[in-house]
Amino acid sequence: MSRLRALLRKETRQMRRDPVLLRMMLIAPIMQLFLLGYAATNDVKNVPVALYDADRSTDSRLLAELIGHNHYFHLIATPDDPRALERLLLAGKAQLGVYIPHSFHRDRLRNATPTVGLYADGTDSNTAGVAVAYMLGLLGEQGLRWQLQQARAAGVGTSGVPQLLPEPRVWYNPELKSSHFMVPGVLGMILMTLALNTAALSIVREREGGTLEQLMVTPLLPRELILGKLLPLVVLSYVEMLLVLAVALGWFRVPLEGSVPLLLLMSLMFLVSALGQGLLVSAFARTQQEAQLTSFLLLTPSMLLSGFMFPIQNMPRVIQWLTYAIPFRYYLEIIRGVFLRGAGIEVLWPQTAALTGISLLLIALGVLSFRKHL
Amino acid sequence: MGEPAVSAQGLTKCFGAVCACQGIDLTVAPGEIVGLVGPDGAGKTTAFRMLCGILPPDHGTARVAGYDVVTQSEAVKARIGYLPQRFSLHRDLTIDENIQYVAELYTVPRDEWQSRREELLEMTYLAPFRRRLAGRLSGGMRQKLALVCALVHRPEVLFLDEPTTGVDPVSRRDFWKLLHDLPRQGVTMVISTPYMDEAARCNRLAFMYAGQVLATDTPDNLRRQLPGELMQVRCRPQREAREALKRCSAVRSVEVFGDRLHVLFHGTADPMLCERLLADAGVECLEQQPVEPSLEDVFMSLVSEHGLTATATGNGL
Repeated sequence: MSRLRALLRKETRQMRRDPVLLRMMLIAPIMQLFLLGYAATNDVKNVPVALYDADRSTDSRLLAELIGHNHYFHLIATPDDPRALERLLLAGKAQLGVYIPHSFHRDRLRNATPTVGLYADGTDSNTAGVAVAYMLGLLGEQGLRWQLQQARAAGVGTSGVPQLLPEPRVWYNPELKSSHFMVPGVLGMILMTLALNTAALSIVREREGGTLEQLMVTPLLPRELILGKLLPLVVLSYVEMLLVLAVALGWFRVPLEGSVPLLLLMSLMFLVSALGQGLLVSAFARTQQEAQLTSFLLLTPSMLLSGFMFPIQNMPRVIQWLTYAIPFRYYLEIIRGVFLRGAGIEVLWPQTAALTGISLLLIALGVLSFRKHL
Repeated sequence: MGEPAVSAQGLTKCFGAVCACQGIDLTVAPGEIVGLVGPDGAGKTTAFRMLCGILPPDHGTARVAGYDVVTQSEAVKARIGYLPQRFSLHRDLTIDENIQYVAELYTVPRDEWQSRREELLEMTYLAPFRRRLAGRLSGGMRQKLALVCALVHRPEVLFLDEPTTGVDPVSRRDFWKLLHDLPRQGVTMVISTPYMDEAARCNRLAFMYAGQVLATDTPDNLRRQLPGELMQVRCRPQREAREALKRCSAVRSVEVFGDRLHVLFHGTADPMLCERLLADAGVECLEQQPVEPSLEDVFMSLVSEHGLTATATGNGL
């Protein structure tokens, strides 16, 4: 115990004297959250639209106006040449092209089926899909209005036309604000990146500085070394977590509906898992550079396969199995559940158990694999 | 005084195809100062690491302070102090903090290390700088601090790996004065050095070269061991002189010492022979005189005797 205390005291002293580390750990994450909290969004809005109107009728002008006033779209050009549509799509200036043919107004009045051409740039398939769906909704709605108008004019009762009327209720995030969904994830990602990197440097820094060789000739036990390195980092990154959490709640107004104790406890476990991975990297790396590259290699799959970027249910089965090994996956489910759905341990216990298990396993691996040999 | 403080038999360690140590034998009696002398790459650091229990040997065994360095390495570690070649204390901690840290790692009780710290700081004249960060100390002061840290838990055996390399001559003398006081406190020392003047201060020396111990004895005995007499010659041009002397069958070896040549004869030194050889080669002899062999002469002669070529003798030798 006294050896562990000695190491803890030394680590704390060194941390206090390292202004770069403190700045990195305490200020950088908050700035990152501000940046990413705004930037990391899946909301589709202001899709640039180019419209070619060959009809130049009241109908076509009405459609142009509807598109122009819709906040999902931004009408950037109304060229006089249909070929300009393709040029605008190719240049990436427009993501949707709308082509209203010459006969549009006439067809509508004749009760023929009037057509509108819709061209989408599918490079970003997600956004394109959503934009096309919005546009279809907008055009379809207007088409329905015209239909009813004409039916009424012809004296046909509207009750004769059967209609399906879905009534959607969106729970937990009724405004469908993607920031509410993304900010908790971004919070986890920032904490993980920093914790893993800092821990990855901790032991290897002593190895490079020659002080690890000195430590190896003392009676210090591997578990004392790992704990002595881990605990100060846990405290530091936990303080950092609380700061970032305060920004998420106070600035981004992410609703925190569920169990706060579960959130605080599992955030601790998540930090331990990230620090544990970092310490493992650090115990084996020869140089700080090697440690940093290795931790980078660990972080990438964590971000890509955790469900932070892509929904896990969309992944192939084999890759879905892989995601079970990633602590961030469980933390994401916990933090999103607690924040938005108001979930507690009664539904989140499998994730809680898995995250706790992985964290303890990582620390045990660190202790068992560290050898007091060169 | 039953068991030796250090006893090693056949310690061998290879890194791939390169063998840093090839069958090192070493015995150190309690209270002795034994020097491992050899150029860079002789295997001194590897030998130290094996003796300190932080590098498992490929072959051979060693006992330090009564314990086996492989099977009882933790017991060994608790009883030794080790000064690695590189400064390995924390530059962002003060002198006091570094000492406290090391003392607590060895679980020395608080009141004990505090009085020990005062005593050691007094002895090394570091007391006025105790609140200075180790990174801001001069090279000589750093080595003294490293020595203090290695002594704070009262080790039985102290391993010092080139403690004075890169330290100025005055600080080196100070440092050796400190070391000479230690045997009285019951500390056995194994110290490596590339400097022959420092080697002469040890009780016993082990000459190391290319991973082997070439000879072990007291400095005086080693000097006497030189087979034949020695002549010191100063002449121009030196290279031709050396070639000419080497060709003579009465000459055992010729080594360059700055602007002088040390000519080792198979038996008694023959000044006439020397003069004639040089004259025949058309070399101008400025000065020649018989000299007492230095440790360096002995080392060089041992190296060539073992069929080794002295390539890495560098600056120290």
